[in-house]
Amino acid sequence: MVDIPYDAIAGVPPAEVPDVELYHPRSWWTRYVFSQDAKVIAVQYALTASAIGLVALVLSWMMRLQLGFPGTFSFIDPNQYLQFITMHGMIMVIYLLTALFLGGFGNYLIPLMVGARDMVFPYVNMLSYWVYLLAVLVLASTFFVPGGPTGAGWTLYPPQAILSGTPGQDWGIILMMASLILFIIGFTMGGLNYVVTTLQARARGMTLMRLPLTVWGIFTATVMALLAFPALFVASVMMLFDRALGTSFFMPSLVEMGTLSKYGGGSPLLFQHLFWFFGHPEVYIVALPAFGIVSDLISTHARKNIFGYRMMVWAIVAIGALSFVVWAHHMYVSGMYPYFGFFFATTTLIIAIPTAIKVYNWVLTLWRGDIHLTVPMLFALAFIITFVNGGLTGLFLGNVVVDVPLSDTMFVVAHFHMVMGVAPILVVLGAIYHWYPKVTGRMLNDPLGKFHFWVTFLGAYMIFFPMHYLGLLGVPRRYYELGEAAFIPPSAHSLNAFISVVALTVGFAQMVFLFNLAWSLFKGKLAGGNPWRATTLEWQTPETPPGHGNWGKDLPVVYRWAYDYSVPGAKEDFIPQNQPPATPSARGALP
Amino acid sequence: MSAIILFLAVIATIVGWWLSQQRLTAKPWLEEGPIDDFPGTGAMTSPAAKIGLGVFLAVAGCLFTLFISAYSMRMNMADWRALPVPKLLWFNTGVLVLSSVALQWAYLAARRNDIDGVMLGLLAGGAAAVTFLVGQLLVWQQLIVAGYFVASNPANSFFYLLTAVHGLHLMGGLAALGKTTARVWRSTEVTEVQLSVELCTIYWHFLLLVWLVLLGLLTGWTDNFVDICRRLLS
Repeated sequence: MVDIPYDAIAGVPPAEVPDVELYHPRSWWTRYVFSQDAKVIAVQYALTASAIGLVALVLSWMMRLQLGFPGTFSFIDPNQYLQFITMHGMIMVIYLLTALFLGGFGNYLIPLMVGARDMVFPYVNMLSYWVYLLAVLVLASTFFVPGGPTGAGWTLYPPQAILSGTPGQDWGIILMMASLILFIIGFTMGGLNYVVTTLQARARGMTLMRLPLTVWGIFTATVMALLAFPALFVASVMMLFDRALGTSFFMPSLVEMGTLSKYGGGSPLLFQHLFWFFGHPEVYIVALPAFGIVSDLISTHARKNIFGYRMMVWAIVAIGALSFVVWAHHMYVSGMYPYFGFFFATTTLIIAIPTAIKVYNWVLTLWRGDIHLTVPMLFALAFIITFVNGGLTGLFLGNVVVDVPLSDTMFVVAHFHMVMGVAPILVVLGAIYHWYPKVTGRMLNDPLGKFHFWVTFLGAYMIFFPMHYLGLLGVPRRYYELGEAAFIPPSAHSLNAFISVVALTVGFAQMVFLFNLAWSLFKGKLAGGNPWRATTLEWQTPETPPGHGNWGKDLPVVYRWAYDYSVPGAKEDFIPQNQPPATPSARGALP
Repeated sequence: MSAIILFLAVIATIVGWWLSQQRLTAKPWLEEGPIDDFPGTGAMTSPAAKIGLGVFLAVAGCLFTLFISAYSMRMNMADWRALPVPKLLWFNTGVLVLSSVALQWAYLAARRNDIDGVMLGLLAGGAAAVTFLVGQLLVWQQLIVAGYFVASNPANSFFYLLTAVHGLHLMGGLAALGKTTARVWRSTEVTEVQLSVELCTIYWHFLLLVWLVLLGLLTGWTDNFVDICRRLLS
């Protein structure tokens, strides 16, 4: 454990930490494989999440092939289609986005940005990754067990999730629950690190209000995840009991394949409450790190301080708190007590206020900024537009009367892909272009990056914009084939084919990105320590990539907030957080 | 879901109180320079392990409260038949109280710098905790013999589920207690192990608290209280 001794009188950490406090790797294995260094763990998390994310990407191609050209591909049958949508959703939401933002970016950025040498519990942090890897392997193994993975839809609603007739009823569903339970255990280990490191290991002078918004976003999201994932844990354990031991927590009396099942009296609604009590905060667990990161990208690449920093922090905290009281807006058509709908529609609309504040502040940060259209900035700008688009359709679906006819249509699919699929992924990509030079010491190739950006950005719109229209027509989601329905015109079928072609093209652009990642690792332009001329601490490390212990002999001391860009009268257009003030009289500038 | 909302409200109050001490209304863009002018706004000064335990207990508390939420929703369904409470449960509860008292004793001994007292307290606490676990298994056995199987009624299912989760939670604590005992065995200075003993004690008191709440729920003692809360909230 990297406990920092404190100066009892001043109540602040000393500038220097004795070397004996740090964990030191002694062999190749403990340096690169069973490493306790947060930076290595971050890369391990990111690579594992990307690998399983690629599987989910391929699954989406399969779905699109079927939807675009029904009947053409004999290797996709209805059961497989259901398995593909289930695994695609579950992998993307939990095993890719959550793991990448918190396990990947959290591990890399928190210690560096707060000025710590490492996470506070390095051993637990290492365990966190290995348990996560195990969860991923258990999940992936379901493709190879008898019956294949579960096809219950990513929400895994009982009773159908564990009844015969749903694909993966034998092993798929059991292993899915086991994998989720493992994921939550692994995440909790990591989450404890992210929270306690932010609370306890900040460098001298790093008050909460001097934290970069990236850390605020990841920190708040982690607190939320620590409180929300237990709901999924409880739901998974109880469902496992229902499936394996024949209990009836969620299972009502029903006739299964012509015979009365052993179950009786359970409440499927109870599962939905538990699932969405996790599921809605999960949206913000993915969104808040994206909000934080995009704030830093915009400020850095527009060479301007973030507009309304305080309001940004308050908005993050407010969104974090409010997101726990909106869950039942996913359940308007579930048959729950109807007046609940009124309450949850109200809270849902209220949460739009702090979110809108953030959007205004991003736009006002850009206003009269010195905007550099670098690849990270392009992704950040694309995020703002996409998030606004996805957010607006959220207002539609948050209202009961509009949601009821749109439920289970492609409109919902388009909405959540825009707001928590495309938008966070744009931030992930932008963040990779932004921090890759720090992680590897080399820049990513710029023309390839721009190609990747434009294909991804325009492609995503060509995929998901028409999908809203399909939803308004009434095209249902999760259907293997649309068949001959009177309300679906032939143009809907051609639109589906168009979407599929674009989806494959966007998928191809991601291969270009992967090539760029690999190629630049060896051939990329040398980045130097601070290629973006950024203020935050991770760019001020003595070595790039940062060495073991991050900071050399002395820990950084923080004298200012994270957004001193284009300060009038300053020599450079940025002042690093650890640069002492020019004159001591600056202290007089207190409010 | 009112139990979990109530629990989160408590957490939110604590977090809100703490945040209110952190000068969230500061204007950081004007505060260039000073690093120590506002004591208490820097990094927390408690040991990381202690803060970590606090956060972990909040997560564990959340988990148990969610189980309780599920319990209170499911028990209102028509098929719920409460199961008889085996007498042994009271004995087990007594043993768990003793375990907690022993750990408190160890903690006080650590503060007195009495390493033998620490060892005694830890061993007694551990032994009592193991006795509790064995007792819980016996309770399961008695129920099975009496025909109360896990799947025969949701009340039974919850009984087994909640006692199992609490048992696992206790086993996790026993692992930490074992490690601490080994460290006490090796060390001569109480100061080296004082923090570990304190953390074990906090964990044990939490375990006891959770168990008392679960016991109230499983024996139906808190039914009236739950009813009143439900009426107040609806």
